[in-house]
Amino acid sequence: MTDLSYTSPRSGSRTANILLRWALYIMLGLFALFYLMPLFVMVITSFKSLDEIRTGDLISLPREVTFDAWRTAWSGACTGIQCEGVRPFFWNSVLIAIPAVLISTLIGALNGYVVAQWRFKGANLFFALMLFGCFIPFQVVLLPMARMLGLMGMAGTIPGLIFVHVIYGLGFTTLFFRNYYVSIPSELTKAAKVDGAGFFRIFWSIFLPLSLPIIVVTVIWQFTQIWNDFLFGVSFSQAGTQPVTVALNNIVNSTTGVKAYNVDMAAAIIAALPTLFVYVVAGKYFVRGLTAGSVKG
Amino acid sequence: MAPILEINNLFKSYGSVEILKDINVAIEQGDFLVLVGPSGCGKSTLLNCIAGLEPITGGQLSIGGKDMTHVSPKDRDIAMVFQSYALYPTMTVAKNITFGMKVRGVDQATQDEKLAHVATQLQIEPLLNRKPGQLSGGQRQRQRVAMGRALVRDPKLFLFDEPLSNLDAKLRVEMRTEIKALHQRLGASMVYVTHDQIEAMTLATKIVVMKGGVIQQIGTPSEIYNHPANLFVADFMGSPAMNLIPAKTKANGKGVEIEIASKSGDPITLIDTKNKDLPEDVILGVRPEDIADASLRGGEGRQEADCLIDIVEPAGADTFAVMQLGGKHVTARLHAETGAVAGQNLNLVFDLGKVSYFAPETGERLN
Repeated sequence: MTDLSYTSPRSGSRTANILLRWALYIMLGLFALFYLMPLFVMVITSFKSLDEIRTGDLISLPREVTFDAWRTAWSGACTGIQCEGVRPFFWNSVLIAIPAVLISTLIGALNGYVVAQWRFKGANLFFALMLFGCFIPFQVVLLPMARMLGLMGMAGTIPGLIFVHVIYGLGFTTLFFRNYYVSIPSELTKAAKVDGAGFFRIFWSIFLPLSLPIIVVTVIWQFTQIWNDFLFGVSFSQAGTQPVTVALNNIVNSTTGVKAYNVDMAAAIIAALPTLFVYVVAGKYFVRGLTAGSVKG
Repeated sequence: MAPILEINNLFKSYGSVEILKDINVAIEQGDFLVLVGPSGCGKSTLLNCIAGLEPITGGQLSIGGKDMTHVSPKDRDIAMVFQSYALYPTMTVAKNITFGMKVRGVDQATQDEKLAHVATQLQIEPLLNRKPGQLSGGQRQRQRVAMGRALVRDPKLFLFDEPLSNLDAKLRVEMRTEIKALHQRLGASMVYVTHDQIEAMTLATKIVVMKGGVIQQIGTPSEIYNHPANLFVADFMGSPAMNLIPAKTKANGKGVEIEIASKSGDPITLIDTKNKDLPEDVILGVRPEDIADASLRGGEGRQEADCLIDIVEPAGADTFAVMQLGGKHVTARLHAETGAVAGQNLNLVFDLGKVSYFAPETGERLN
């Protein structure tokens, strides 16, 4: 951490230092308030009754805390004609996100290992093309992908969505692992080759155990992307396989009569909880992994 | 007995760039071969080719009498110590050493026995359960572990890729002695890559000097030092470097008269009685230790000359005096008690007993 006192070495400017520090903290506090405000409004609104929302203040605390909105959002809210809340869709998202994250991370690790440590002819071109995949706007691939899923008989299925997410995640997962592995001295691979280890043995025994920080980064990144995805979810699903983001949209947009803001808020929070949870649990590795790379041998 | 390592007409190129050209080397059991040269000369590539880590473009290579040209590294019966030591960061020292045996499916009892043996030999028993990052002794201990990983294989051929270049000067000298002692104790065959000519001289039984992917000279340290094959070898091996002085020669009744331009005006003349048939223009190669104070050294075959000393550099055991001859800086390694004073003339003797002559155009040795 930077020590601010270094900016003014004279001992007489102590008061100025303290003032500067306070100014800094106040500034940071204001930013934090600004970012947390929407979340705060969402949380308190979700605990209010509709009556209170209609009569009360947007940022006042609920007079009477009620969990009705949460219950409705979870298992009763209507998404179109079906009124089962977000629960079935939440599980769809889990079934899509977990395999897609694991598969794309594993393949990304293998790709990165090959590109970084087993240089082959055209490796650079291969990697450049992979990178290109990171920056394709997904709208462009919707139609070809829909056709392809149809040909493979996976249209509208959960495996189909997993497939799509794995494919479009590979660019980033490969990039992450390649950049991490490229900083590992190639002598390590050579030593293992002389020791008699083969391609997979070296990957499994030497590279994977070194990879925890970058695995965490990749998992967080992929999980957030896949869980929050709406475009692929709405394009390649059908009734019964829609992910939670699509359900949330349907809940918010398909209410008739009075808008149940409390239910909308609760549903939105439920949809966002898993990514929040992943950040809280693994966040410190995320920052560490993004800056890490060098291996102290 | 077949040579332990034999390389015939080896070529290596990356695309259209030729890295190694027509390499021919052979060593016997127990030899310590040092590949030496400036960076980019291909010495590390050659070592990687011997290890099988780089495929070769042409030629043939055998280890222990068996053709290994297209054999994978693990089946070449070699062990290698790397510049960065390449210890597996997530494994303990013990696991680092036994990894190779584990991969090969050696049974646990044999693994333990060999590990214990090597650990005793290198005095690293207390470190066995630590990971490389936890070695408090730093580079020295890492180096030991890397050696242990090589020793435990008991291979036909040890390969070392600049293993001392990460160490500080003092430790480098210590570890050099340790490696030499190890070589003598094991009687093993080793190939060692370095850019440090002193390491090459002290360790080798045989030196290969390389430049630009071509072998310049192969020989014992003494051959390389005393009979450099060309100007490059003469300049590269030895510190301070051999003095390479442009000179004119003239046949003379007793031998050859050598005339060297001097800064002070009159050229100095030396007479070489051993060598004949030299072209008119030559480059004279004289080691700094073959130029001495006339007052402190006598004897036959020595040629005296007065020289203007430009710089005097006392270095403890020796004092180096720098002067200008034939338009070049010439260094003499003088006795510490020399009377040399900068800016004054000094009577020096040139010992032409071990002198080298090179052709100025080709750089090849003439005598």
